[in-house]
Amino acid sequence: MGGFFKSSIGRKVAMALSAFFLMFFLLQHLFINMLSVFSPDAFNEVSHFMGTNPLVQFALQPVLIFAVVFHFVMGFILELKNKKANGVAYARNNGAANSTWSSRNMIYSGLVILAFIVLHFIDFWFPEINTKYIVGDMSGLHNGEFRYYHELVEKFQNPLRVGAYVISFILLGLHLAHGFTSAFQSMGSTAGRKKNLQTFGKAYSIILPLGFIIIALFHHLINNH
Amino acid sequence: MNLTLKIWRQADSSSKGQMVDYKVTEISEHMSFLEMMDVLNEQLVNSGDEPVAFDHDCREGICGMCSMYINGEAHGPDRGVTTCQLHMRMFKDGDTITIEPFRAAAFPVIKDLVVDRNAFERIQQAGGYISVNTSGNTQDANSLPISKHAADEAMDAATCIGCGACVATCKNSSAMLFVGAKVSQYALLPQGQVEAADRVQNMVAQMDLEGFGNCTNTGACEVECPKGISLDNIARMNRELMKATVK
Repeated sequence: MGGFFKSSIGRKVAMALSAFFLMFFLLQHLFINMLSVFSPDAFNEVSHFMGTNPLVQFALQPVLIFAVVFHFVMGFILELKNKKANGVAYARNNGAANSTWSSRNMIYSGLVILAFIVLHFIDFWFPEINTKYIVGDMSGLHNGEFRYYHELVEKFQNPLRVGAYVISFILLGLHLAHGFTSAFQSMGSTAGRKKNLQTFGKAYSIILPLGFIIIALFHHLINNH
Repeated sequence: MNLTLKIWRQADSSSKGQMVDYKVTEISEHMSFLEMMDVLNEQLVNSGDEPVAFDHDCREGICGMCSMYINGEAHGPDRGVTTCQLHMRMFKDGDTITIEPFRAAAFPVIKDLVVDRNAFERIQQAGGYISVNTSGNTQDANSLPISKHAADEAMDAATCIGCGACVATCKNSSAMLFVGAKVSQYALLPQGQVEAADRVQNMVAQMDLEGFGNCTNTGACEVECPKGISLDNIARMNRELMKATVK
């Protein structure tokens, strides 16, 4: 089994497995964030649950962090190996004749997403970890009210941050446009090459980032105070 | 038609190559690309210059020898053809055509447009066969029922001519379409089952050893493949390797 994950195909499978987990994570992240648009109370309740439930915090969260780090590190390793496999660069190469932009530029869309995750961690994750596990305040309260919704709205007041988020989500969409069906192919399934799943993948890679963009813009433009 | 050719010239595997410009005139649109190259070489020989070395053999699209990366695509801009079947009618009078060898670290240039594709042979030797003696004791074909679907897919995989266009096209220089086809043509048939696990493991190991890159499913290989080998073969190879691993 160890040999399998050292092989080129095993690494593809590992990339796909972590991708599936991350795509599922993104979906639930979108659902929870969407609550902030429709019901601040519901958003607060769910945020508090996710932020304090031991199963989420100490089982799912470490798995998520591992999946994120693994997907990036393996992505870079594979990119470096692939660059080494190339010979002299072509003087003329017409990549657009046979493949999509998003499929050829996963490393660049991935790099933008990595930069976004750093920003996102500085914005939300580090302050959360600090409040909960360093300061030791697990109440989720600020001045007697749940703080989550207020913190979210506060963050999206800065137009620079909103702009960075929107650009990142567009690149995420492009990453998913190739990644969704690609993950099926790597797992040895031809389902990703059939119409149904291709349509679903396209819808997923448009709707998911669009959802996050709408949330960011909603709190910036409409919920401005 | 009159054309300007930008061709990669490299004296041998150890020298540094460069792009050199040539002019050819009065090229018929009915010529194949290789015939156009013949005209150029005749011109070069007559003027005392070294002709451009390029691979070719059958010139009817089946041997897989002719290569060339033409205007940024393996075997040029036409679909489902090798370079010998690429016709000059695909180009216009006055065009500048860029001609380079297939590029990959595992396909080193021998001279000009000729590359060493022996890595493919070594992958085949690692498992692209069945160890059944088929001479003299051939059994009746009807004694081994094979579904039409499996037979067709196996035959489609077996049409791979090992030209290396998939590797040349791939941004990762991955050989997975080739290896996928060679694994699939046996994986789909009962004759291939006995050695199935060893075959896929050994061929993938050899592929990795040769220094080919990792497939990222861009699908460029399938588009440029002169035989239209499907990406489904890569998925099947992945399944076969997973099956072999848990077996």
